[in-house]
Amino acid sequence: MHADPVGVLTGAHFLDGDHAACEGAIAAGARFSAGYPITPSTEIVERFSHRAPKIGGTFIQMEDELAASIAILGAVWGGVKAFTVTSGPGFSLMMEHIGYAAMTETPCVFIDVQRGGPSTGLPTLPAQADMMQVKWGSHGDYEIIALCPNSPQECFDLTIKAFNLAERYRVPVFVMMDEVVGHMTEKVVIPPAEQIEVEPRRWTSKDKSAFQLFAPCGEEQTPEMTRAGEGYNVHVTGLTHDERGYPNMTPAVQDRMIRRLVSKIRDNADKICMVEQDEIAGADVVVISYGITSRVAQRAVENARAEGLKVGTLRLITAWPFPEHIIRAMAPNVKGLVVPELNLGQMVREVERCAAGKCKVIAVGHAGGTVHDPAQILKAIQEAAK
Amino acid sequence: MSTPVCMTPPANPVENFLRTDRMPHIWCPGCGIGTTVNCFSRALLDSKTDLTKLSIVSGIGCTGRVAGYVNLDSFHTTHGRAIPFATGLKLANPEMTVVVYSGDGDLFAIGGNHLIHAARRNVDLKVICVNNLTYAMTGGQTAPTTPLDVITATAPYGTYDPAFNLPFLVEAAGAVYVARWTTFHVRQLARSMAEMFKKKGFGFIEIISPCPTLYQRRNKMGDALDTMKFYKQFSKIKHGAPTAEVGLTKSGEIIVGKFVDRERPDFTSMMRAHLEHALGEKYIPVEGPVCS
Amino acid sequence: MARGSVQIVVERCKACGFCVEFCPSKVLALSSAFNSKGYHPPHSIAPEKCTGCDLCGMYCPDFAIHGYRTDKPAEGEKEQDDAC
Repeated sequence: MHADPVGVLTGAHFLDGDHAACEGAIAAGARFSAGYPITPSTEIVERFSHRAPKIGGTFIQMEDELAASIAILGAVWGGVKAFTVTSGPGFSLMMEHIGYAAMTETPCVFIDVQRGGPSTGLPTLPAQADMMQVKWGSHGDYEIIALCPNSPQECFDLTIKAFNLAERYRVPVFVMMDEVVGHMTEKVVIPPAEQIEVEPRRWTSKDKSAFQLFAPCGEEQTPEMTRAGEGYNVHVTGLTHDERGYPNMTPAVQDRMIRRLVSKIRDNADKICMVEQDEIAGADVVVISYGITSRVAQRAVENARAEGLKVGTLRLITAWPFPEHIIRAMAPNVKGLVVPELNLGQMVREVERCAAGKCKVIAVGHAGGTVHDPAQILKAIQEAAK
Repeated sequence: MSTPVCMTPPANPVENFLRTDRMPHIWCPGCGIGTTVNCFSRALLDSKTDLTKLSIVSGIGCTGRVAGYVNLDSFHTTHGRAIPFATGLKLANPEMTVVVYSGDGDLFAIGGNHLIHAARRNVDLKVICVNNLTYAMTGGQTAPTTPLDVITATAPYGTYDPAFNLPFLVEAAGAVYVARWTTFHVRQLARSMAEMFKKKGFGFIEIISPCPTLYQRRNKMGDALDTMKFYKQFSKIKHGAPTAEVGLTKSGEIIVGKFVDRERPDFTSMMRAHLEHALGEKYIPVEGPVCS
Repeated sequence: MARGSVQIVVERCKACGFCVEFCPSKVLALSSAFNSKGYHPPHSIAPEKCTGCDLCGMYCPDFAIHGYRTDKPAEGEKEQDDAC
């Protein structure tokens, strides 16, 4: 299905990542956002508040992130595509509703423009320190999808991708930006609507007696969807429930339902994972990075190659599900993996886990506040190549 | 004396509203929540509300379980956040009638902030609050509605912090319809609910209910029937009473009735009128859910 | 002659006593029978006094009883003669 031309600003624009993400949401069909301002994400919803009334959408300024994160879920069950945006402290507040969205299989998008933390931290400066939080932040076992744009263009493209994945797997999907990508201004090309692939909601066509809101269907083993007002008399609850949605708080149902929620993503990881690889074949060292750090790492990689080192790059476009199979295949064939991130070691733990000791893994941590000095990354590459 | 007509006994009007495959419910003997559901079903029938276009949203707690037992589009959400969920639902799909059915703790403690903002905005929600003066589901701890000198699970020597006066709070926040009844006043309650369903804007009905297992038992107030007799004896109907004067005490008078029924444009009307004025032809209002 | 009657779903009853207490015609009392949960459900002790007002139905927190008119058809039903 293609994007609805209403709201698609076809053309070449000069936009920062925040503004581009907003346009991506609109192109994907988002017609509801509830927001609470938090630097450096606020511009996304400010732009949406501007655009929404002209495209048949609604923006509402809620009283806090707790309200914003569940108002969007209400809107989804009312029948629209919805999203909210936040940064660290707000992300922490939204965790309960992220779990609720995962448990109720509510398709929705959360954009986290990461900033220095913990706590109030550095409101206007970058970090990439919410990467584990996005996966594990809410209580219980569940799986989510997280995408990491590294440019304003990707903020547009990956936000559309996020909505599409949310609908396909009935799962909350996260766009993990960072303050630099959010506030850098670059050329963003918005294609004509008919060239933008948009995933429709998995509306059921079954009648009331046959339809079960939480029964897995199709290739993705994901249930079909409906909305309030269609006569299905659905029941949606955060309690452990069976395929009808009725609470059934027994170990047997817990096992069945929670395993399904988790396998829905894990079993489809191959289809979901997106990476960008360069010169992996024959590499001694591979630099694994994501977001703004991937652009800084590029300079280090170029310098390393100029010194004659055989260096490949692996950019995580999806951070979650983590491309385990790629790392497991790569580790035995390289001397080392270098993982620069704007945190003190988060995604590197996944790399270590999957490398399983088959090669060196060198983390290039950074407490945040600015981007790496490429020289730090170069040093790690040289170390890994020994 | 007329001859009895030959007919099959009609079903209990509440049956159509229940997920009968989930009966019996979990509420204690004498708990008033089920009684409120009877009134709710009668009110829906009397107001001829289109049930396909009705959604019920609840939070966590004993009253929150209502959503799971009624055969409507029902959403059992997180603790305290039924109202913002309902707001999103209503804005996405303005033709829905959205009822929020939850308890005093869920709506006024953890959910207090969301309640006052929705009332301030006058979002078109029908809020039914069963007030059993305690956090019942978790074992009867002190709630912001627990009157003074009451023993609770976390106030073993009696409460010493003052309680909210719910009608007063909700009126001050901006609600256009505010009423209070007890589970004894079944007919009036059903009538109030029907009235509220037909009125646009933020409507609120407080229903004082027994929690015989926890609240009444700990305070040696007898069982549910004793409590219902207490409501009968100590309630006074005072329509239009100033809400500042309807606060509750441990064993005193319970003022019931319709306190507030006023006109204010609801949130959606205000939003539309304003954006139409600002944007003219460029404004595209949301009539129904739009989803690719 | 009774103008109404009650229907009791014995298994749902938790013997709270509301219907017995608040029946305006004092038609009901708790029986000595037990349901499977051990509660004494109500029964009609003065069925001829029932007016079918359904206050019992409105009070019952367990949806275990309701009252209905027998002297006139329910909405939508037609009157039939004795021969039915």
